[in-house]
Amino acid sequence: MTAVEKQMHVAVLVFPGSNCDIDCYKAVEQTIGQPVEYVWHEASDLSKFDLILVPGGFSYGDYLRSGAIARFSPVMEEVRKAAEAGKFVLGICNGFQILLESGLLPGAMRRNNSLKFRCSPTTLEVTNNKTAFTHEYAAGEKIQIPIAHGEGNYYCDEETLARLEKNGQIVFKYSGENPNGSVADIAGLINERGNVLGMMPHPERAIDVLLGSEDGSRMFTSVLKAWRENAYGTAATASR
Amino acid sequence: MAQQQQQAVKTEPTAEQVRDQKLYRQMGMTDEEYQLVVGHLGGRLPNYTEIGVFSVLWSEHCSYKNSKVVLKKFPVTGPRVLMGPGEGAGVVDIGDNQAAVFKIESHNHPSAVEPYQGAATGVGGIIRDIFSIGARPVALMNSLRFGDLKNDRVKYLFENVVSGIAGYGNCIGIPTVGGEIMFDESYEGNPLVNAMCVGLIDHDRIQRGLAQGIGNPVFYVGPATGRDGIHGATFASEELGEDSEEKRPSVQVGDPFMEKLVMEACLEVIEKGLVLGIQDMGAAGLTSSSAEMAAKAGNGMELWLDKVPQREPGMTAYEMMLSESQERMLFVTTPDKEAAVKEVFRKWGIFCEVVGKVTDTGRLVLVHHGEVVGDMPVKALVDECPMYHKPSKVPDYYVRNAEVDTLRYDEVKDVQGALLRLLASPTIASKEWVYHQYDHMVRTATIVRPGSDAAVVRVDGTRKALAMSTDCNGRYVYLDPEVGGAIAVAEAARNVVCSGAEPLAITDNLNFGSPEKPEAFWQLEKATDGMAEACRVLETPVIGGNVSLYNENARGAIYPTPVVGMVGLVHDVNHVTTQGFKSEGDVIFLLGETFAELGGSEFQLVMHGVTEGRPPKLDLAAEKRLLRSLLSAIQGGLVRSAHDLSEGGLAVALAESCISGDVGANVDWAVDGLRTDVALFSESQSRVIVTCTPEQADALQLHFVEEGVPVTRIGTVGGTKLNVKVNGQAVIDAEVNTLESTWKDAIPCLMK
Repeated sequence: MTAVEKQMHVAVLVFPGSNCDIDCYKAVEQTIGQPVEYVWHEASDLSKFDLILVPGGFSYGDYLRSGAIARFSPVMEEVRKAAEAGKFVLGICNGFQILLESGLLPGAMRRNNSLKFRCSPTTLEVTNNKTAFTHEYAAGEKIQIPIAHGEGNYYCDEETLARLEKNGQIVFKYSGENPNGSVADIAGLINERGNVLGMMPHPERAIDVLLGSEDGSRMFTSVLKAWRENAYGTAATASR
Repeated sequence: MAQQQQQAVKTEPTAEQVRDQKLYRQMGMTDEEYQLVVGHLGGRLPNYTEIGVFSVLWSEHCSYKNSKVVLKKFPVTGPRVLMGPGEGAGVVDIGDNQAAVFKIESHNHPSAVEPYQGAATGVGGIIRDIFSIGARPVALMNSLRFGDLKNDRVKYLFENVVSGIAGYGNCIGIPTVGGEIMFDESYEGNPLVNAMCVGLIDHDRIQRGLAQGIGNPVFYVGPATGRDGIHGATFASEELGEDSEEKRPSVQVGDPFMEKLVMEACLEVIEKGLVLGIQDMGAAGLTSSSAEMAAKAGNGMELWLDKVPQREPGMTAYEMMLSESQERMLFVTTPDKEAAVKEVFRKWGIFCEVVGKVTDTGRLVLVHHGEVVGDMPVKALVDECPMYHKPSKVPDYYVRNAEVDTLRYDEVKDVQGALLRLLASPTIASKEWVYHQYDHMVRTATIVRPGSDAAVVRVDGTRKALAMSTDCNGRYVYLDPEVGGAIAVAEAARNVVCSGAEPLAITDNLNFGSPEKPEAFWQLEKATDGMAEACRVLETPVIGGNVSLYNENARGAIYPTPVVGMVGLVHDVNHVTTQGFKSEGDVIFLLGETFAELGGSEFQLVMHGVTEGRPPKLDLAAEKRLLRSLLSAIQGGLVRSAHDLSEGGLAVALAESCISGDVGANVDWAVDGLRTDVALFSESQSRVIVTCTPEQADALQLHFVEEGVPVTRIGTVGGTKLNVKVNGQAVIDAEVNTLESTWKDAIPCLMK
């Protein structure tokens, strides 16, 4: 097989209460056409997957706190292992909240400062386009990606914020109005290693002009290209 | 525990006490109805559980005993109708072996006393109706009515109803894509909360609520039964009063996470072909689902109440049968599939218990603690509730209104000022504050989001889409129920067509006052006459719906509000059209005729403080010509934007199209014989503004002329202002930004 034909295997995790799982699955099919599977939260082996999508929704009804129960699902231990092995992990909305609760990304989520759920298009600034997920965007590019959440008010302490900024871990910022009050207008961030990204906006909802925007498509094509070219610190996937 | 049970049993009235103390009256049953029950039991006195079961099934909410006489008038069949009224929801063919499933339902009374849970469980209930058919729910809509938004109690109800709808729909992951909201003092204290759900299904997957196959097991799935919502259906069938606050325990508590699991599990067992018949436990819970499933199949059912999962110890048979605990379903399958069924529910972590069996006795038999605690003929419960044809009387106000001259008010010279006041009226103002709280994009199929004439949701894997709209102007219906009822149907159809869809069918929610009042019953009779006629002419049959009577407040009945939920088929997503003006230079046409019709208009209420006279008239033949010709123009690629003229007339429609399109317009309209304020704010029906490119303007105009639709070229799109001249006189010259901020800020300002 030549490098171009290599198939990237994508997992879409399904927790009880996930509801953007179908949208993520469709987005993978439509944007990159790679093999994609739903993986139930009780799964104990993710070794065949190269990209793990942790979708949005209300895992376990978001009871207690968003993502607080899902982090104890058996599959999250496998997600941790995959992240350590350098596999790509993308958490969207509730998926981001779960990654925070799991400690795979720093910080925590609070209720929107309006105390109301908010669903609307937002403009994001791509503040780091040197990641596996964003290299097909221009630096500083403004993109349209919708949000839909009640708890997207990202918080971290000043020390952590300084570190995130220094390392270029802040990948997306809200441009113009900040819809939830997040620290430093943060909409999405990546781990130091550059293989685990969490974001509140929904790129899978922005892959078709008919639905309002296709600016999210390049996140999927970016990560496929990064994986195929073994770029952006994906050493572990080369051993496949 | 045993002691508690004993106590419960002991405190329950005996059959003799039920009779002697006429306890059935507390359950909404009349003396005559009680005697009928005794007759159905062969002369035996019904015990407390049995009379409870009879009373809920014979409530208006479950039996339609006062409304069936008017529901009979509706056309319910058509070439596309696969399943009409009678099941959880109706089903219409959309081609390619696919079908749309939809229904609307009210949760008015619960929302009046407990707005968050009342609204949330309204959403939960209508979703269950859709997936009980086997359909995947793809969209939610809602139609809401509140009192004057300046009133603190109204603000509280509005805020919490919206939160409740958002809380349920967002969590379960079904987009809330649209609906409508009107504010009027008439709804003070008795808000209307009508929720609609639309689903998709393949023809061969359609389920019915049938308890088939003698001896087959009856499964209970979902969370345990608690003491909540007992007699909810009875509560819904009486007027709200000072003691309504005490009925808070009649309001159920929703758990959308649980419903998400129940929905996925039920769709999975249906998909795997493991189900023979399924029905949700909606109003009257276990009672209605068991009795109705048995009745529809012509069978009986035996229920073993000890097997029913229970949230607390010591529940009586009465409590279990009448509980309206949410998110529960009842279904029947064959014994060989029991293991496979249980495996699916185990995976989703949901109770799945065999609680009974199908019998050939034709009786609903309840067994508790090894004793038969209820034994009733199913047919009597479901099909033999006495039907009433209440007396009706023409109300005095209706007679008086015939004499009202709606041109008696002084001419409003400051037309622009009037436009701004109308744009700031909560009924017309932007509902962004509301729909930003609803996830309207989940499932990634929402092509037209809230804020246009109809919402449009794509059918995945095809070029097709569904357009949906809910409509009803209660003021029109109040002023003339027959015309107002017809307008509700016509406007819904117009909205659907403006979005590029062919109207298919409707679901209706009849929100009226007490049928015991002859004037209110007259409104119901007349409104349904108008609706039925409009449905016949526009070829949009009624495939299901809901009746909510007894909507009254201290001042009397609410405005009669028969909400129409219409679904249309977009044959190709290229046809999808929105209300916003598109490009500089596009030509604006007004379709239809404008008359001096201010009765029931938003202008009349906002500027003159009254709702009086007769509403706009409706010519159904003209409406049909308009709809047919507009749809063919859209499908022929001639139309760039289309917007129905409704509340606020032409002036408001122009402003909305400018705001939505973020572009101005220059309108120069010559209109004979009408005062300027009347011309711009009249709410004459069967009117639409459409735009097209300059190159296609002649072709479009010719098209409508040939179709016999009045068409007037009134201006062009462009600039940053809305400029309007009427008969050569400039009356509006406003920056679109100013119009937009007035329109958008109105509700947030009131809610601060």
